[in-house]
Amino acid sequence: MKRYESLTILESSCLQEGIYSMTLDARAIAQEAEPGQFVCLYTDDLSRLLPRPISICDVDKETGTLRLVYRTVGFGTKEFSGKSAGDTITVLGPIGTGYSKVAEGAEAPKRILVGGGIGIPPMLLLAKEWKQAGYEVIAVLGYRTKDTFLLDDMEKYATCYVATDDGSLGTYGTVIDAIRENNLIPNGAENETVIAACGPMPMLRGLAGLAAERNVSTYVSLEERMACGVGACLGCITKTKSVDAHSHVHNARICTEGPVFDVKELCF
Amino acid sequence: MNTSVNLAGVILKNPVLTASGTFGSGIEYSEFVDLSKLGGVVTKGVAITPWEGNPTPRVAETTGGMLNAIGLQNPGLDVFCERDLPFLSKFDTAIVVNVCGHSEEEYVKAVERLAETNADLLEINISCPNVKEGGIAFGTNAAKIEEITRAVKKVARQPIIMKLSPNVTDITEMALAAQNGGADAVSLINTITGMKIDINRRTFALANKTGGLSGPAIKPVAVRMVYQVAQKVSIPILGMGGIACAEDALEFLMAGATAVSVGTANFHNPKVTEEIVEGIEAYMKRNRIEDINELIGCVK
Repeated sequence: MKRYESLTILESSCLQEGIYSMTLDARAIAQEAEPGQFVCLYTDDLSRLLPRPISICDVDKETGTLRLVYRTVGFGTKEFSGKSAGDTITVLGPIGTGYSKVAEGAEAPKRILVGGGIGIPPMLLLAKEWKQAGYEVIAVLGYRTKDTFLLDDMEKYATCYVATDDGSLGTYGTVIDAIRENNLIPNGAENETVIAACGPMPMLRGLAGLAAERNVSTYVSLEERMACGVGACLGCITKTKSVDAHSHVHNARICTEGPVFDVKELCF
Repeated sequence: MNTSVNLAGVILKNPVLTASGTFGSGIEYSEFVDLSKLGGVVTKGVAITPWEGNPTPRVAETTGGMLNAIGLQNPGLDVFCERDLPFLSKFDTAIVVNVCGHSEEEYVKAVERLAETNADLLEINISCPNVKEGGIAFGTNAAKIEEITRAVKKVARQPIIMKLSPNVTDITEMALAAQNGGADAVSLINTITGMKIDINRRTFALANKTGGLSGPAIKPVAVRMVYQVAQKVSIPILGMGGIACAEDALEFLMAGATAVSVGTANFHNPKVTEEIVEGIEAYMKRNRIEDINELIGCVK
């Protein structure tokens, strides 16, 4: 069940220029949150009225905390980054269908988590849960430069490989180059592997290509401009191969049926 | 204290409804709002067959508002009548079905079909700025409005509300045309056509290039238009455009609206409709207003 509530900020910090972390006292939302789901954050006034969808980076069900790591891109996220511990923020969540979709699929023992830039944060909770579930967890993380974020946290749960745009750390190139260079999907391992990804569209398209070429089960998290965040406005749709549940056309709602989709379902 | 109003022969427990397209058929918002506390739910536009709508991006934020170009994506009347109407029927609230079409014939067929249902009122969307056929092409032509109103009235069982576009030189002409065609009420305003450029991508923020502007930014325009139409027509007005709180809703009532629809504000606060109902009651108590009808059109 989604909740709309004002929450207290327990921690707010800058991880690197333009990347912020915020931990919220979010008892109810933390209990229900799953990897790949997101929350909507609201600005304090109606001059910027639409919610900002932010992926869930981590939850601690025992302490009831929710951690978000986000990039400041405009007025709303800049307002959030200016808040301090003790301030409050209005939150709606948890929203969407996350990587629980993968569980409906194969029981492949090897899980490759691919995060690009600000698509890295949701991979942390996923790595934690899959590690606890006993899977072999590998993370392939794409950064612009050697100035990484969340890499230490990820290393607690996954064997990490890094790709950078400028070659200053790890593989020089994309996350797909890193997957190939490190032979992370050896011949014959296709059926034992699941890829879960979040990142920019060119990265997701590249992974879809790899998934088709190697026939590896791949799930991606999509982003789109949103308005309501609850599935009512039909602003954030993505074209799908099968008929959608809401309008019976071919438009799944990223905020409801998504944000995580099996790439085979998408019209990439 | 009486908060009920009579909108085109239908008694609403209070004058607060939802605005078409912002509230789905109420299913998604029922997690946050007790729909039985609302005067009515106005559904997202529905046509005789499913519509796919426009490409994305479909929405963009602007200062004090937003642009949308959803393009009336909807599941068509078959699914709507099987799934959405039975859901809404569980609540003690008026059901107002917003109807869209590509042609006069499609509007008529939809209204005919809805005559067999328990919908309380029909709102005819002749003012959507984001579809090529139907929509605003009809809503900006007085003769066409009168013709379509007459055509749907011929087959309608429920009272007909014609939803008017603000993208015209004189909205009172359009309201009079609807009244002459036999409309039982008018609703106004639909969104104002606008545009936003994404300077980073150096292209339009919306795939459709233009979209409909809604939200608090358009409220003064809407209040002015409701007032002007109220001076010219004798049929009731369902007022909307940027309502985000009880004070906003009261402005519309005083300008001459019998009831109001709350739209874009739902996106900022999914509980806002219920809060507006409570806020209106609090205003009435504070000002010792016995009957909300005293407020309707009280500003001349």
